[in-house]
Amino acid sequence: MPADAAHPTLSWNVAHDVAQVLEYHFMVNALLAGSVVAVMAGLVGWLMVLRREAFAGHTLSMMAFPGASAAALAGVPAAWGFFLFCAAGATAIGRLSGPGRRASWSEQSAGIGAVQALALAVGFLFVSLYGGVLGDLESLLFGDLLGVGDGELLLLAAVAAGTLAVLAVLGRPLLFASVDADVAAARGVPVRALSLAFLLLLGLAVAATSQITGVLLVFALLVAPAASAQALTARPLASLVLTVALGLAVVWLGLGIAYFSVYPAGFFIATVSFVLYVLARVIAFARGGTRRDRQPADAPARPAGVIA
Amino acid sequence: MFSQEFMRNALLAGTFVALACGVSGWFVVLRGQVFAGDALSHVAFPGALAAAAAGVDERIGLFVATVAVGAAIGALGRGVLARGPAASAGSSPADDTAIGTVFTFILGLGVFFLARVSTSSAGGSGIAGAHTLFGSIFGLTAGEARLAAAIALAATALTVAIGRPLLFASVAPDVAAARGVPTRLLGIGFVALLGVVAAEATQVVGALLLLGLLAAPAAAAHRLARGPFAAIALAGGLAVAAMWGGLALAYAIPALPPSTAIVTIAVGIYYASTALA
Repeated sequence: MPADAAHPTLSWNVAHDVAQVLEYHFMVNALLAGSVVAVMAGLVGWLMVLRREAFAGHTLSMMAFPGASAAALAGVPAAWGFFLFCAAGATAIGRLSGPGRRASWSEQSAGIGAVQALALAVGFLFVSLYGGVLGDLESLLFGDLLGVGDGELLLLAAVAAGTLAVLAVLGRPLLFASVDADVAAARGVPVRALSLAFLLLLGLAVAATSQITGVLLVFALLVAPAASAQALTARPLASLVLTVALGLAVVWLGLGIAYFSVYPAGFFIATVSFVLYVLARVIAFARGGTRRDRQPADAPARPAGVIA
Repeated sequence: MFSQEFMRNALLAGTFVALACGVSGWFVVLRGQVFAGDALSHVAFPGALAAAAAGVDERIGLFVATVAVGAAIGALGRGVLARGPAASAGSSPADDTAIGTVFTFILGLGVFFLARVSTSSAGGSGIAGAHTLFGSIFGLTAGEARLAAAIALAATALTVAIGRPLLFASVAPDVAAARGVPTRLLGIGFVALLGVVAAEATQVVGALLLLGLLAAPAAAAHRLARGPFAAIALAGGLAVAAMWGGLALAYAIPALPPSTAIVTIAVGIYYASTALA
């Protein structure tokens, strides 16, 4: 970190502040990487919230821990371990709802919990076998946004582009299967294959996001923007666009504040996204509190605004 | 093995904590609250760090954080916790995104306290953080073990005491409410109780691994046993078995951390049950 970057001062001149932030290469890299991740996490997270797979997403984020510690043990780049374990976790979770039977929510979440516990236990074993990795453990769990190099930025951009391309192809049937799985299955949509494919995409998105926010804080970009947007508008396209916009706002604001502070960026990103979420819930409540009451408790899921 | 004092302490605390996890875990799985339990186990970490930053006993922070968040989840949560067919019909809860968002923010606070601790008092914080995240059952003193066992036993007794109305409220919330069972109060009370169990178990298996004891034996019991009270007993028994097996295994293989061994056995029991039933 350059000498005077250690003591940046905040002035009332916003343009000057922004220029000051953009003066440093590491900060530009962080902002670019954060933006790439925010777009990717926003789109995948929007589908995840719609499909109510937040717990699965959280479990996949935990896969990064055994992934990174196994990679450290094997002496390969951490990203490999991330992606490998995320894919394995996605497959394990996808297998929970076996062919022919639909596991109930509580059964399925118990199974997801078991997958998560096992992954963390294995990760802890790797850490203690490796020894002395504890210093890196915190940056793994909580992210090290300010250490994104040019190579990592390129990798992130490539992963994001690939994910968005797959989403563009799968988008329509996936949306159909997410909103009404039974009707979609009756129409010949391969619901199970789509669900596994989405979990794999989710794993990719989680692994990419965790490079920025850390494993424990991926939901700040994966859930909160999507949940806020779906609380604010029920129209799919509008809430999708709003999700991405909110995600970008969270990253830029969080990073901007972190630059002028001694505390980690993850804290500010989590705080900004939480504040936005609370605001969205308050606005939704003030605007449409009565609308929800008219909705029967077991009504079929609406395309969006499921949590409104 | 039993001649070692640390092993006796670990067995004493571990047995009762596992029992509490298994018994309350059965209700957690029944009520579809595994994600809520997971969130509670993760907020234990910021709680402990906040206490460390404030200079008070870590365990106070643990209990305050988990019980407060548990009560908040119980009070705020709608679909899973208080009403609706969520638990019995097995439909997904509407507020898992709310849980996810709230606990991410609290983990964000944990990062903040971590930074505070590591900037104010150099050294030791990384170790303390690792202990909170992954538990340190072999490091318990005799007094700590007795206290942990007593609290876990009390939590188990309380869960069993509210077991019948809680079961009624979980399986048929509308009927229970019509019969005058305070379903909402029970929901909040149960999650707060779960907070106590989470804080207790955090010291044994750690904040990140708690889910293994909470969800895996209970899910296995749901598959294997039919009657609710037989299943509750089985859940407690399986959790204790996983604890004993894990402790013995970790004692035999020094490179194996006890938390890993315990959780691996618990999850192994779950997968065995899916193969059986």
